[in-house]
Amino acid sequence: MTDAGYDEWLDAVDDGEGYFLACPEGHGSLPPRRVCPHCGSTGLDHAALPSTGTVETFTICYVGGPDFADEEPYATAIAEFGDVRLTGVVRGVDPEDVTVGMPVEVTVGTNRTTGDDLLILQAR
Amino acid sequence: MTGVRVAGVGLTHFGRHPERTGRDLFGEAALAAREESGVALEDIESINYGNFMGSLSERQGHQAPLMAEMVGLQCPATRYEEACASAGVAVREAVRAVRSGEADVILAGGCERMTNLSTADVTEGLATAADELYEIRAGMTFPGAYALMARAYFESFGGEREDLAHVAVKNHDNALPNEYAQFHRAITVDEVLDAPMVSDPVGLLDACPVTDGASALVLVSDEYAAEHDVDAPVSITGSGQGGDNLALHDRERLAVTPATERAAAEAYDDAGCSADDVDLVEVHDCFTIAEVLAIEGLGFYDHGEGIGAARRGETTATGDLPVNLSGGLKAKGHPVGATGGSQIAEMTRLLRGDHPNSDHVEDATLGVTHNAGGTVASAVVHVLEVDR
Ligand SMILES: [Zn+2]
Repeated sequence: MTDAGYDEWLDAVDDGEGYFLACPEGHGSLPPRRVCPHCGSTGLDHAALPSTGTVETFTICYVGGPDFADEEPYATAIAEFGDVRLTGVVRGVDPEDVTVGMPVEVTVGTNRTTGDDLLILQAR
Repeated sequence: MTGVRVAGVGLTHFGRHPERTGRDLFGEAALAAREESGVALEDIESINYGNFMGSLSERQGHQAPLMAEMVGLQCPATRYEEACASAGVAVREAVRAVRSGEADVILAGGCERMTNLSTADVTEGLATAADELYEIRAGMTFPGAYALMARAYFESFGGEREDLAHVAVKNHDNALPNEYAQFHRAITVDEVLDAPMVSDPVGLLDACPVTDGASALVLVSDEYAAEHDVDAPVSITGSGQGGDNLALHDRERLAVTPATERAAAEAYDDAGCSADDVDLVEVHDCFTIAEVLAIEGLGFYDHGEGIGAARRGETTATGDLPVNLSGGLKAKGHPVGATGGSQIAEMTRLLRGDHPNSDHVEDATLGVTHNAGGTVASAVVHVLEVDR
């Protein structure tokens, strides 16, 4: 399955050229978008995604869906990257050692169960 | 504008019914609701039916006409899907149709069949209420999403797992006498804290169970009730619905639920009441933290204050504001597409005085139900009042 907008975005993140969509009001969002989800503006421009973010909240998932059977237990976190937040699987640290406020870098890895690309928040 | 009365309610037992189909479950609830209402079958003008994952769990899309058939009708029948708030919106649209004068009698409710799926498949099915690209592919599950919210709550406002455990203990206590509830088992705070983790900090006993079940309501206009001498002392006097961004990470704040605030503001305004007037409430406690977010979103507590409510005894059966006297989703069970209708059925029984927990609220006149979809990307709130 290909997903126009999302696949390009993930490839850009993988190439170290991640971006987000910025509206004139200063709201950030992730593709695919035709309007800003916060104010409805159609004036969306690409802006550089900061490479480093901060974990805002996380969970250690012991029971995943079938697509994550080989990952358990794994940590999924929401991390703030400037004007946007990203949700991703945390790697580079034991799930039990993830903390709020921890710095992470956004990368693309591989889902061990499905072999699909996976958004990774890599512990720094 | 006409008023809307609850003429009859029907519920199946909530629990594991692996040998029964969704059509059989909804047929039972619908028949019970119609019998209680005394409404003539041919007077039912439409069926508003809530269901979330029947296409996955039973390979059955297009369920609404099937459900009409089970009731014995070929009337217009429509499925409403709003994740865990599916039946809430089905009822809300019925209320709007009766009020507008378009219909006098509507059968509304919902059904879900879940226990026939494996844990992994249920997890996957429920996760589809989240953002597929940015949340599901990142390993987010439904318990995981609420775990993210719970930790964000602790970070923003304080509180701890033990506070949440009191929510679970309370709701299990409330379910004990409820014949429709999945669990009839009291639990302790220590049992909740010691239960296996599902998605830290959400433990097994912080989570609602996987449940099969159905709910149904016969809603009639004031005029129809008067003309046909229908005994229906409970009215739905307020209805509201609110929305929010689907993905948690797109919300401005991770530990507040503006969709609930929006739905509540509309419902209170509609009914001409305020949070202060509410005597009891059924809220969407799919996880213990969800009850906390709900009672804050509904305006009973400021942000950060709701977490201690159960522990302080304020929301227990004998407290000032009993929350989830039915047992809630936590102990009564959460057949996703049936839940919103079940909350209104339980509130109707509580206000009429024929619920096993009615004794705790015998002077109550006004109750509120709150049904949320996903991580509260949608919320439906109803105000119910009883003639005294
Ligand atoms: Zn904007």
